[in-house]
Parts: sequence; structure tokens; C-alpha cells
Amino acid sequence: MFRIPGRRSAAIVAAVAAFATLTACGAKTTDSATTSGAGATIDTSGSSVKVGLLNSLSGTMAISEVTVRDSLKLAIDEINAAGGVLGKQIAPVSEDGGSDWPTFAEKAQKLISQDKVAAVFGCWTSASRKAVKPVFEKNKSLLFYPVQYEGLEQSPYIFYTGATTNQQIVPGLDYLKAQGKTSLYLVGSDYVFPRTANKIIKAYAEANGMKVLGEDYAPLGSTEFSTIVNKVKASGAAAVFNTLNGDSNVAFFKEYKSAGLTAASMPVVSVSIAEEEVKSIGTQYLAGQLTAWNYYQTTPGAANEKFVKAYKAKYGADKPTSDPMEAAYTSVYLWKAMVEKAGSFEVEKVKAASAAGGITYDAPEGKVTVDGATQHIFKTARIGKVGDDGLITEVWNSGEPIKPDPFLKGYPWATGLS
Amino acid sequence: MTLVLSQLFTGISIGAVLLLIALGLSLTFGQMNVINMAHGELIAAGAYTVYVLQKVLSGAGLSLLIALPVAFVVAGLLGVLIEVLLIRRLYARPLDTLLVTWGVSLILQQVFRDVFGAPNVQTRAPSALTGSIHVTDDLVISSSRVFILVLALVAVAALTAGLRTTPLGRRIRAVVQNRDLAAVSGLATGRVDRLTFFIGSGLAGIAGVALTLVGPIGPTMGTNLIVNAFLVVVVGGIGQLKGTVIVAFTLGIVQSMVEYTTTVSVASVIVFVVIVAFLQWRPQGLFTLRTRSLA
Repeated sequence: MFRIPGRRSAAIVAAVAAFATLTACGAKTTDSATTSGAGATIDTSGSSVKVGLLNSLSGTMAISEVTVRDSLKLAIDEINAAGGVLGKQIAPVSEDGGSDWPTFAEKAQKLISQDKVAAVFGCWTSASRKAVKPVFEKNKSLLFYPVQYEGLEQSPYIFYTGATTNQQIVPGLDYLKAQGKTSLYLVGSDYVFPRTANKIIKAYAEANGMKVLGEDYAPLGSTEFSTIVNKVKASGAAAVFNTLNGDSNVAFFKEYKSAGLTAASMPVVSVSIAEEEVKSIGTQYLAGQLTAWNYYQTTPGAANEKFVKAYKAKYGADKPTSDPMEAAYTSVYLWKAMVEKAGSFEVEKVKAASAAGGITYDAPEGKVTVDGATQHIFKTARIGKVGDDGLITEVWNSGEPIKPDPFLKGYPWATGLS
Repeated sequence: MTLVLSQLFTGISIGAVLLLIALGLSLTFGQMNVINMAHGELIAAGAYTVYVLQKVLSGAGLSLLIALPVAFVVAGLLGVLIEVLLIRRLYARPLDTLLVTWGVSLILQQVFRDVFGAPNVQTRAPSALTGSIHVTDDLVISSSRVFILVLALVAVAALTAGLRTTPLGRRIRAVVQNRDLAAVSGLATGRVDRLTFFIGSGLAGIAGVALTLVGPIGPTMGTNLIVNAFLVVVVGGIGQLKGTVIVAFTLGIVQSMVEYTTTVSVASVIVFVVIVAFLQWRPQGLFTLRTRSLA
């Protein structure tokens, strides 16, 4: 019988460990965008036009992104039932980004060059958006991005239908300041959105007399939060600003509760936890905690009642609707409005139609207007509180839609950030 | 002081999770020298057992308790299946075993995706384990962590007692210490291997049950964890239960203390560097098995 001496097997294991760590960190690099040239070709022959849906259907982000895909499909079905766009039915092509950024870039390229889609809807994390941004710019194709993000970006080929910082994070901080919270602890996932968001939060805090007592990042997908929670607890901060993404939130809030911290003793403001995540994290861990968004299932209005009813009818009565889902749903209708105004599916004509202004839609969150200059949309900021039933109720709103300001040019404290 | 104590407990609880995962490995890898890359998927199998049982039985506490033995058997049988079909044929080819079991690991991950869906799933923890225990006014420890710690200690005690006192344990030790001599003495080494593999894999299932209390259940939950577990076994000394226990807790405490003063990423790097340095100094690990075997 052959036996490996300890030394050799140790070496093998070390090699394997190093390899596995590399894979786990997603450190592989993929050269994705290969084609270049003038404008993406869009296949408009036939009675339908294809659009791409690019979401993580597996991995740590699937908890959030599957619901976005579902509401995109709902909007497409509704539009098709009402006669389609420019007389053509919309045919969605769904691709799985797998919570892995190089995969997103690959799949984006595939949707553009192989499926010849008119536009792509999707991406959630900023890391995935940053990964696909050069692909869309190179191919001159359109991406509709439905999630709140860290701002400081404006690609000519991306429409941002989620909130930028001055429509979500800044109002969230304003709310905390108004509540008399003078110190913060920042917890986030270790990638571009939380790090940039925290840079903005620190600049805001400094200008507004708030103290940032600590800042910690956990790898995306991490489930070990006991040390971070101990640090948060020891800091004695008045509130926690949470930019964790995906199901790390599950582990964080379980640990938070076990450490004896509550919404009363140290409230957490989350910017990536919506109704769907509340359900999977567990209401008992989140009741009373705060969120900052532009839409909740409970937002009043006929357009929202219709959206919620249609969503539940299609996907089940126990399925909640959330902000990114609403922004995704809205993005399809905004694209339709732009295409119809342009009278063409061609990217440059669609962009020109939006730049001319006046693209509006009665969205579930209220009437939204596309800001042609920034390709962002006017949105009302809403701070909500998680209730015992898992739904979020609004405790404060900005009163009117806030003009998007991705580079925070209207805020003196933010100079130097971009 | 409270801070140091609560951080110490955090370290111990990280160590307990590591220990539970590494225990199974210390048998299959440590005692049998099989590098089973699919060990992580056996952990996931254990975790999914809790998920399934919770769907069938409604009580969270009851399903967790029943899941412990069921997950042990499910993961154990899965392990035996892998052993009988593949590993048994490759005992003389360690590198091939590594590749083959890695393939098995990928296949199992896909199976989990197809059966349970690609998104991670969650289970409800029994209410007794969602709260926390107030040791003093400031020192609060999570009851699920205490449960995991107790589970790990019970598993170690059972395994130690099993290896020391039972006839099977004696046979396992005999095969580990000198396989050829054990074989010529009339021991059916193949059968001993299979049983060892069953127990080692079953322990992975138990670890999976414990992990449902900490985080979400997903097809790749195990892969992220076994790297550290392999390190624990290597540093502890191949085939040394004692070493595994000591190193698991030390690593947990060092990780949590370094993490407290730096950040998560820096802590992982420092722990890795310390381990590499340690293995340079003692390549055979903390403890070595002394036998008269010539191998």
C-alpha cells in the first residue's frame, strides 16, 4: 500500500488551498469584449425584437437578483399583451451572471453580438455593472441598470433607473441627523459600492458634525460576522450604516441580534435590504430597523396597487415587491417610451429621444422623469421601518422627486470625491 | 476586559466551527491520507438535510435534533458511495484522487443546484437558539454559538472514545499505524477504510447541520470552508486528533483577535502567513505520529 509522507501531502494541500482561495476570490480574469466597431446590430427582422435580461440566478446575489428578473418579465408580458413596442412583441433572452463579475461581461457580450438584443436590463452589484460597462460602451449598446448605486458614474450607454447617492444615501444621512444621531459605524461588503458609498458618508459626516467611529468590510458572501458585530457594539455608535449586499446580511443580522443589539439601542440603516431580503433574513431579526429606498410595497397610489396585484397574481400571493424590482419594472416601460418617441429601436435614436427630455412614466413609486443630461431619473427618497409583518412602512419622504446628481455637484462637502 | 472575553469567545466559536469541519477531514485525510475535495459538498448535504427536514416537519427545534443523526447517515453514505465507486480504486494515486474528488465536488454542487435551486436557502433556527446568554451585563454570548461549541466538543469526545476503546477504533488505529502489518494480521483493511470514510463523511454532515445556524445554505457553502479545515489538519499534524483540536481553537482565536485590531481581509492574510511560517519550521505539523512503519 502506497502512503504519502506527511510532508508531501502537506505540500499538495497547500497548493490546493492556494488554488481554491484564488477561485473563491473570483480572481480569475477573462478577456471578454472582443468585437468592436460602429454600433451594435439589432435584429428587428420578424415580428419580435429581443431584449436581454442579465441577472445572477445563482450564487450569493441570487437572493436579490432573481426577483428583479421576475419583475422585468412581468413588465415585458404586460407590454406584449398591450400590443408590444412599435408593433413588435418583446422576446426576452435571460442569462445568468452567476454572482461572478467576469461572467457578467461574457454574458453581456453574448447578448449583444449573438442575440443582437435591442437593450439589456439587469445587473445588481456595482462590481457587475463596472464589469459590463466597457462591453456596452465598446459595442454601443444599451444597459438599463435598476439598482441604487454609489453614483460618480455616467456612461453614455447606461440608463440608471435606481437611485444615485443624493436620492438615497444622502437623504438617509439627513434623516439620521434629524433624529439626533451624531455617531455612525459603517459596515459593508468589500467591493466598489460600499467603499465608495462610505467615502461619501465620511465626507458628509465630517461636514455635518457626525463622527464615524469605525468602518469594516467583509468579503462578499462572508458569513462570519461575530468579530465585526463585537467591534460595532464596543464602539457605542448611535447608529450603523449598512451597505452589506446579498446573503451576508443574513449572518450579520443573526449575529447582531445575538449580541443583544436592537433597533432601539443601535438602529441599522440598510440600503440594500428590501422586502424580499427581509423575508429571507427573517422578520424577527429585522423588525424596527431602518431602510433607505425610493419605493416600498406599501407606497400608496393606483399605479403601485396595480403593480403589486399583477406581481402577486403572476408569482404568488406571498411574494413581496421591492424597490429594485419596481425600478426594473419601470425601466422596461421607460425604454418603451423612449423607443416610441424615437420611432426606432436604434440605440443612438433612442438616446437622442431621451436627451430631448420629456420621457415620463407613472411608475408604482410615483411619476418618474428621465433626466436626459445624466440618464438618471428623478426619484422621491423614502426612509422606511421594517414592521413585524416583514413589510416596510414609510416614516419619512422627501416630498417631491429629487433631481439626480450622480457626481454630487450640488453639495459643497462632496468636492474632491469625484 | 469584557471586550477581550467576548472576542475570546468569538474566537472559540470560530474554532468550534473549524473543528467540526476539520474533524471529518482528520479521519479521511489525516488517518487515511485521502484528499477528498468533495468534503465541502458533504457538509452542504448535511445542511440541506436540515432544510428538507424542516419542510417535512414543521418544528424548527425538532427538525434540528432529528437532522443530526439523519445528516450523519446521509453524508456518511454519500461518502461511502464515493469511496466504493472511486477512491478505493485510487489509493495508490493520491493526485488522481484529488482530481477525481474535485470532479465529484463539481457534480454534487450542480446536483444541489438542480434539486434545491440555485439561490441560497435559509432555515429557521429554533427559538431557544436565536437568543443570547447574558454572562454579565456586558458580556453577551450567542446561544447558537454555544450549541455549536458543545456539539463540537461532544463530537471530539465521542470520536476520541471511539478510537481508543471500541474494537473498530483499535482496528482503525492499527490500519493507520501500519497498514501492511494490519493486513497480514488478518484485518480486512478495505472494510476498515470504508467504515472510517463513513464516520469522517458523517462528521461533515454534522458540521453542515451546525452551519445552518450561522449562515445561509448554498451549493458552494462547503468549498469556502474546507480550505481552512485542511490547514487545521495539516498544521495539527497528519493523523493527530489532538493536534486538530488545538490548532482549530488557536486559529479561531488568532483570527478573531487579529480581525478585531485590523480587518477581515488582513486577518486572513496574517493567519495564512503564520501558517506558512509554521510549516517551514515544522513541516510535519504540531504533533507527529511515531510508528515503526517504514513508509
